[in-house]
Amino acid sequence: MFAYIARRLSAVLIILLGSSFFVYNLEAYAGDPLEELRLSNDPKKEQMILNLTRQLDLNTPPPLRYFKWLGGLLGGFTGNFDLGKTRTGESVAEQIGTAIPTTLRLVVAATFIAIFLGIAIGMITALRQYSRFDYSITFVSFLFFSLPIFWVAVLLKQFLAIEFNNWLAAAELSWQWVVGIALASATLWAGVLASTRKKTAIVFVSAFAVTASLLTFLGAINWFNNPGLGPIMVVGLGAGVAVGVTVLSTGLANKSALYGSLAMAAFGGIIYYPIQPLLNKDFSFLLLLALAGATVGVGLIAGWLAAKEDRSAVMRTTTLSAVIVAAFIFVDRLMQTWLPYTSNDYISYRPIPTVGQTNTLLQDELMANPDFWMSTLDALLHLVLPTVALCIISFAGYVRYTRGSLLEVLNQDYIRTARAKGLTERTVIMRHAFRNAMIPLTTLVAWDIAGLIGGAIITERVFGWIGMGTLFNKAITTFDLNLLMGVAILTSFLAIMANLFADLVYSALDPRIRVR
Amino acid sequence: MAKKNNIESTDSSAQGNENAIANKETEGLSQGQIVLRRFVRHRAAMAALFSLFAIVLFVFTASGIHLGSEEKPISISGWWHYSITDLPELEYESCPGGTVGCPTLNLVPFTENFGFGDHPFGQDDIGRDYFALVMRGAQQSILIMLIIGTLGGVIGTIVGSIAGFYRGWVDTLLMRFTDLIITIPAIIIGAVIGFRVGNLGVMFLGLYLGLFAWTGLSRLVRGEFLSLREREFVDAARVAGASNRRIIFKHILPNAVGVIIVSVTLSMSGAILTETALSYLGFGVVAPDVSLGSLISLYQEAFSTRPWLFWYPGFFIISIALCINFIGDGLRDAFDPRQKRRITAKEKAAAREIKKAAV
Repeated sequence: MFAYIARRLSAVLIILLGSSFFVYNLEAYAGDPLEELRLSNDPKKEQMILNLTRQLDLNTPPPLRYFKWLGGLLGGFTGNFDLGKTRTGESVAEQIGTAIPTTLRLVVAATFIAIFLGIAIGMITALRQYSRFDYSITFVSFLFFSLPIFWVAVLLKQFLAIEFNNWLAAAELSWQWVVGIALASATLWAGVLASTRKKTAIVFVSAFAVTASLLTFLGAINWFNNPGLGPIMVVGLGAGVAVGVTVLSTGLANKSALYGSLAMAAFGGIIYYPIQPLLNKDFSFLLLLALAGATVGVGLIAGWLAAKEDRSAVMRTTTLSAVIVAAFIFVDRLMQTWLPYTSNDYISYRPIPTVGQTNTLLQDELMANPDFWMSTLDALLHLVLPTVALCIISFAGYVRYTRGSLLEVLNQDYIRTARAKGLTERTVIMRHAFRNAMIPLTTLVAWDIAGLIGGAIITERVFGWIGMGTLFNKAITTFDLNLLMGVAILTSFLAIMANLFADLVYSALDPRIRVR
Repeated sequence: MAKKNNIESTDSSAQGNENAIANKETEGLSQGQIVLRRFVRHRAAMAALFSLFAIVLFVFTASGIHLGSEEKPISISGWWHYSITDLPELEYESCPGGTVGCPTLNLVPFTENFGFGDHPFGQDDIGRDYFALVMRGAQQSILIMLIIGTLGGVIGTIVGSIAGFYRGWVDTLLMRFTDLIITIPAIIIGAVIGFRVGNLGVMFLGLYLGLFAWTGLSRLVRGEFLSLREREFVDAARVAGASNRRIIFKHILPNAVGVIIVSVTLSMSGAILTETALSYLGFGVVAPDVSLGSLISLYQEAFSTRPWLFWYPGFFIISIALCINFIGDGLRDAFDPRQKRRITAKEKAAAREIKKAAV
């Protein structure tokens, strides 16, 4: 195993050397960094050209210059890591260092949401193969495959931001919208839960009724302008989640898991008021982490106490429920910030922004008067559009991949064996099929996560974020070789490491594959 | 849910019936005929194929074909009366709400202005006919897509088959080179190249991008060759004295053609998206020439006032990419030997009848 990793790592080094050499020379020979200066009419032109030539070391031929650059990179081993300087004299390493967190903030949520939704919907389409739901999702995923992200982004800006903000000013749902949304949700649920014709009809009608009445009710109490959950909704939603999690995780037959999870929902309701003073303006990220840890602890303990047998499964179920209920309380606290946030002078009732990472004016105010919830809500709202756009683009791949993989697994003999043993359908799907179907997905997930850093070039441009993509754009348009190399070497390195990691995980998960 | 799955894991006699139907259908047909039949039966793929054909025909006849350098242009004019360099007056009569250059396309039959009108897709800021621009853009995007797909397909097939057939150090060398190219994200290579050669025209842009679009295919083809070269029919050919060239071209390549066709088709939809993205970023096709991506980039700010400038190029990108994805999916199903056609209830009943009659 270690020999294998060592061998792969040395191959990685050689490939990285090759690819960076290749990109360096490709870019260096592709054009002339002084072209703009040569064409200018500046009287000090000659001097500037000389200066830049010296600064960029243009008199050294590119293949040799590459090794100088490489020397700086390899200096990392002796502690003086140097990726060179940009044309304007800033350190490339520093620029990349500030850009990475921005890019990560932009793409991490989108990737995980896309993975989660894609796998869930992919599974449903596989289990409902050749149904109308399957066909519609197949069509939708092909459509999403074919969408250019910059086009989606403009649409989202118009409809999810500008029009939505306009609507929010009045926040009245006309009956056409209520009927439309209710019909959409009814069709979705009927597709997901369809079995016999009669059952489908029941699901359709009840989903329609529930959605329509919920929307009317929320509109009537002006919920859209002053949202919140409150303890009752936390318990209600929590109970629903508890049942759902139990169904998927252990099955409702496992009473201790069910009661343990329901207890978590009830606990959420009990702790709702006592915890509010803690969630004040001075709340911090560290405190959030501590509370998350405490939540997991409570979930684990509750599972331990509730379980009579099969302890780990019960603990898993209760912990998951506890985390989701805690998330409800967190979301509720954010919703309480909604009204102060939207009525703020700098937001003036237009909460969904079309560009930018944060509202700079609001940030200035928050500097003087910090409020954790305000800044969190601001950051989250700025993430809405890019996240939706990125999700739409990458979601389709996961749906198709999961569907194919799960269908393949469902045709295996061991699934037939599992059914023949009389296991419940839930156990067959979740334990025997799902886990094996996820193995090939590790490769896709690893690649996607590696591609995140450099992959949001267009998204960053459209939504005005200043991260790795912006650096890359700048490097290309201003012919900044060192900057370009910094971005390229990082993305290549991540891609190649993700590949190695995926191979290792694959062999760990699938005993048929052994690395040598 | 349990009930439904019970139906799927059918008892053996029903399975026998289905196999009998499937076998009967392929009796006496060559592999190519079976694939063609399966493809023709794939309704979505056929519809996509016809739509794509219609789009390509429409786009290429509308603006004509204009290639070659400025000194020696190859020009065939199309049926549309404006070109992208014409500057007609900006129309504002009959436009709603004080906008200018609105589209005259009216697809509601039996109304007064039914038909194309003078500017079906409207006009841009300076009055250029947007229909001509979109047609030209679509043409450029399709051309680049085809060049990238063909070039990538050819290089990928050659590299993959040489590596897979000869193995040994040739394989190691070629595959390490493939790894090297594959680690550089496509958009980086595309942008570096596109920004420098975009002004040379679409042919060059397509050629240069195609030079780097073969890595995925070469890995697939190599895998296919590695497994095929161990098969009995290759041994038989070798014993019969066939040369390496003959074995590659006559024996192995025809068996790997499914992988190649499917992969090249699907890569083309990726190619059109890459090209439009590059042009959008300004790293691809540059002014005065247009591509669908550069059109969207130029007019995205006009979306709230003159949305047609945004809708039409997007519509063409999506239709082309969507058609190609469906065709690729149909081809994959057609080439997949494990793929069983869904047997309808009607056919099952018919088979049962036949069996009964036989008993």
